[in-house]
Amino acid sequence: MDPQQIGLSGLGGQGVLFITRILAETALGSGLNVLSSETHGMAMRGGAVISHLKVGAFHSPLIRAGRADLALFLAEENLAVHPDLIGTRTRVIVNSEKNALYEAVDAGRIAEVSVGRRQAANLVLLGYVAGKGYLFATPDDIGKTIEIMSRNPRVLETNRRAFEAGLALA
Amino acid sequence: MEAAALRYFQLKTAGEGDLTESRMRILMGNEALARGLLENGCTMAASYPGTPASEIMGALQDMAREENHPIRAEWSINEKVAYETALAHAYCGGRAAVSMKQVGLNVAADPFLSSAYIGVKGGFLVISADDPGPHSSQTEQDSRLMAMLAKVPVLDPASPQEAKDLVAQAYALSEEFEIPVMIRPTTRICHARQNIACRPPAQVDFAPDFERNPGRWAATPKFRLVLHHNLNQKLARISRHELAGPEPMNSGPGRSLAVVASGVVLAHALEALADDPELAAKLALFRVKMPYPLNLEAFREALSPFREVLILEETAPVMEMQLAGLIGKELKGRRDGFWPGAGEMTPDVVYAGLRRFVGLEVPALIPAGNPGRRPTLCAGCPHRAAFAALMEALPGGIYPSDIGCYTLGMNMGAVDTCLCMGAAVSMAAGLAHTYQDHGTKPMPIGATIGDSTFYHAGIPPLINAVTHGASFVLLILDNGTTAMTGQQPTPALERFDGSGAGRIVSIEDAVRACGVEFLEIGDPYEYQDFLGLLRQAAAFAREGRGPAVVIGRHPCLMDRHQPRPEKTRKFQVTEECAACGLCQESFGCPALVESQDGRMTILDYLCVGCGVCTHICPTGAIEEV
Repeated sequence: MDPQQIGLSGLGGQGVLFITRILAETALGSGLNVLSSETHGMAMRGGAVISHLKVGAFHSPLIRAGRADLALFLAEENLAVHPDLIGTRTRVIVNSEKNALYEAVDAGRIAEVSVGRRQAANLVLLGYVAGKGYLFATPDDIGKTIEIMSRNPRVLETNRRAFEAGLALA
Repeated sequence: MEAAALRYFQLKTAGEGDLTESRMRILMGNEALARGLLENGCTMAASYPGTPASEIMGALQDMAREENHPIRAEWSINEKVAYETALAHAYCGGRAAVSMKQVGLNVAADPFLSSAYIGVKGGFLVISADDPGPHSSQTEQDSRLMAMLAKVPVLDPASPQEAKDLVAQAYALSEEFEIPVMIRPTTRICHARQNIACRPPAQVDFAPDFERNPGRWAATPKFRLVLHHNLNQKLARISRHELAGPEPMNSGPGRSLAVVASGVVLAHALEALADDPELAAKLALFRVKMPYPLNLEAFREALSPFREVLILEETAPVMEMQLAGLIGKELKGRRDGFWPGAGEMTPDVVYAGLRRFVGLEVPALIPAGNPGRRPTLCAGCPHRAAFAALMEALPGGIYPSDIGCYTLGMNMGAVDTCLCMGAAVSMAAGLAHTYQDHGTKPMPIGATIGDSTFYHAGIPPLINAVTHGASFVLLILDNGTTAMTGQQPTPALERFDGSGAGRIVSIEDAVRACGVEFLEIGDPYEYQDFLGLLRQAAAFAREGRGPAVVIGRHPCLMDRHQPRPEKTRKFQVTEECAACGLCQESFGCPALVESQDGRMTILDYLCVGCGVCTHICPTGAIEEV
């Protein structure tokens, strides 16, 4: 596997941290080295948050500007907040109906339709990039991590359905 | 399965009974530190929450519970109390630790400096987490400078794995030299996650043995001088420890320039060299695990072949100040302005600096973006209702506030000052005295402080205010948790201790015991009633009868430990909406947004149905469906 650097940008409460952790645990399960960095504290109250995830042989938990292989924007407005995630070779996915520059997935709407909760957009987007083969891991591997990490049966069901709705789009 | 449980899942199922085999797990730096404490026989730890250090204690408690480990791991009322409680354990020969954020060490500075002289018997670790940036702190202060001030050795991990590994070395150092040892992680270590090799906890084999020795444990100034001499001798010996010298990481012929690095910035530098062969060919790199005290002789020798030396560290020039003028090299670093004097040393700053140092072209940086959406109180947050009522009851007043989620009341214009933990109460008294003594007209003072912050540092200033007759309104925002840092318990809750042995101390009992004569308790969701209480309090203060306290009590909506009632009411905006924007600008509930016609609308998926906005709208345009 090639090393992969993934930036995840969103707003506090959108579950950026949760999908970062799903990816980190999946990497561990596949025997890969992983380093990630998260936003905690005050910004989590609805402010702009960012996670960095690096799979492979890395030292620093942060991604240098423009060097992400994949950038996921759960909030379209954050394109103006974290433009330094995006370099010439970065694949960019935006949670939006449409976007002039980047690949758009209307994850909020799909989450609402498929599980009745816009907040599940994070798992829809994760399902989409997994299904497209943009990640270091297969949809199956990620699905297994979601099962282990979802707290109760009801939440697991929501998470699984949102993830599958994303997969179906890919 | 609980998320916390997952992290320990593999050990419990696969490693059971095997005390030597290590397992890989994903741990956050803070969890790695907690794991290090358990693996190395720590039997007492204490902490007060604060970003970026909060998860150390939470993880320690989770792990101890899951593995039936007998460690006492307590949330204390503040960092000074935490420090002294854990220190006593080390006096008795047990391994102990205290963890806090960097400004928490300010609160614990008194015992910290004194205990350096007195020393310990059992190993004692002070974990003080710094926040270059700052991301969630009042200052960018460097705890390593505090270690220098106290004359205590400090270790500076460069990764979560190293943070865990250093715990063993720190305990060994602490016990060999009978001295507290600091571990100083930064935000990028605390909140990084990494796959980490974990061992089962150490078997605990410890019987307390406090050896009476008043000349040491209760030393008077005359003995303190002796202790200071002893401390200097200890430091001289510690500086000859292998941790105190530079360790070559990228060496070989043809390099006339060297960089000496410590902490997470070392990790950034290692990666810069791995990414850029041109840079790696020109630059030697040395790592330092213990930035104080340094082995000057070892540095002199290791750096002698190099023409120039750059020091790379966060945030203060701690290594630089020790080496300057003593190793026969001109140093570049913070003092000569080579590195910026403030702000985080990101991988981009480090990379550009290293290229510049060796005379290579510096790549143009992709500019950072706009600051992004500001953080805000959650939809339905009881603090928002309390602030709205406070401003209505004390219009045109001064509103000193404090450290917590409620600092975000600043978005509403309800927070005029925020200094440090507990300052809302003392500053309210100072403001009240100032306007009473010198003002030309009465100035209403409405202070706010959270429940956890009140316990932490609000009680002594409240007693002080009562005894000096300072008259102001103090609104204690009691949401039943330490919300900002992740819902840690307060002394008002059974789970603060959790063993069943302790008793809770309620806020109202503490307030009464401070001698306060006006005390009322209300629910900010019951807006009109709550406003009435604040108006009574304002009248009491206006009459100069001393501090008037109102406790605004409603559970934090984010707290999974407290009941969260089902949403029973729905609200809508009617045609009466004048699009004045007041509800968005000063009230600022995220569930209220502008619709296409300029009027407001309610986002049903965010609205919790508290209905407080119905009292705020000047045209009465919000009504229950």
